[in-house]
Amino acid sequence: MRSDVAQFDLSAPPSLDAVLAQLAAEPGKHTPIAGGTELMVALNTGRLTQHTLVSIHHLKELRFLRADTDAIHIGAGATFTDIRRSAEIAADLPLLIQSASWTGTIANQNRATLGGNICNASPAADTPPALLAYGATITLISKAGTRTLPYAEFHLSYKKTVLRPDELVYSVSVPRDFAGYRQYIRKVGTRNALAISKIALAGLSRLDGNKITDIRLGAASLTDRPVRCSATEAALLGKSVGPEHVDATVRAGRAALASETHTIDDIRSTAKYRAAVAGNLLEEFLRSLAA
Amino acid sequence: MSLIQLTVNGKPQRLDVPPMKRLLDLLREDLHLTGTKEGCGEGECGACAVLLDGELVNSCLVPALQVNGSRVCTIEGVSTEGRLHPIQQCFLERGGAQCGICTPGMILATHHLLDKHPNPTLEQIQEGLAGNLCRCTGYMRIFESVQEAAKLGAS
Repeated sequence: MRSDVAQFDLSAPPSLDAVLAQLAAEPGKHTPIAGGTELMVALNTGRLTQHTLVSIHHLKELRFLRADTDAIHIGAGATFTDIRRSAEIAADLPLLIQSASWTGTIANQNRATLGGNICNASPAADTPPALLAYGATITLISKAGTRTLPYAEFHLSYKKTVLRPDELVYSVSVPRDFAGYRQYIRKVGTRNALAISKIALAGLSRLDGNKITDIRLGAASLTDRPVRCSATEAALLGKSVGPEHVDATVRAGRAALASETHTIDDIRSTAKYRAAVAGNLLEEFLRSLAA
Repeated sequence: MSLIQLTVNGKPQRLDVPPMKRLLDLLREDLHLTGTKEGCGEGECGACAVLLDGELVNSCLVPALQVNGSRVCTIEGVSTEGRLHPIQQCFLERGGAQCGICTPGMILATHHLLDKHPNPTLEQIQEGLAGNLCRCTGYMRIFESVQEAAKLGAS
């Protein structure tokens, strides 16, 4: 049943500083709302438990894309449309463009923000696998200042993150120099478009001849949170994708992936299916490196 | 309650409404612009799509306070002086509308699409309208309507 909107309050302080002051004054009381593509659905279906919200959608301080030599810095308030329209992201971070295009419809991409997608912390969110594979860092901001950490450390468990009640995500910084890397991403859902992931895998790899000299893997819907598959990466580092060795490399990769991840059962799929398809995606990526 | 000032279809409006009231309900209940339809109420179907500062959005997911100071265009603002917009004319002539519930959203999504891609490929049309569900016609006549509108330069 729909909620009674008269029971909810929403404010829109004029600046980022004013929002942070409000969060600091009463930590946990105010729930930030950006594009509303998640929280308004909860409101419309009677599931929104937070009754005091603070809008951050109008904050220009959070809506930016800035490229420097080493990285592209994406403000938490940048929408998926902003990301898809960035020539710099398209040139250097194609996996992020691809995953942004998967994130809902055009109307939702016009509203939904990268920060909201990350803070909603769904294990099935589309952009985290790419951000994890690229080795992004995330900057959090509060009245007390900012802190920056590897994005891989942001998600703690199902829908739980390191974000404190007085903090907002300020930006995500993505290293941009992947010249010489092969890039892979694939999402498996119920249908080709506008479906939430059953499983998704993003991969980056650099080769010296047939030898894997760097490999990074990020996955969605595999475990209870978006996850970087570090043990699988370690198992594959230094392995060969040459014709005589690729089968053994695939076997080693699949075994490592199966042992490091605890696949989940949920409404969209089963752990057994996810484990099998995750292995298939990894195999597809590894065999593409040999080609 | 919050005082909201916005421009709807070119006309300035001042409203005192709950800040979390949906733009959809503000349009339908406070401004009596019932051309914008409610379908799913979850941002899946696009029946409530409008243009907010020129960008396509689902009005069921936009709280009233976030449109303060904005420009909104609804289906009522697409035609001018009682004459159908070329996009509407193409939907009419090509059989792109049947029961009519999805049509306002389809027309505004087409408007937005042709604004960004005046000569869209079929794939761009499909992506541009992927967030608008129709349960009557199937989509072929709708795609044909959009292609015809693009030929007329109807953004």
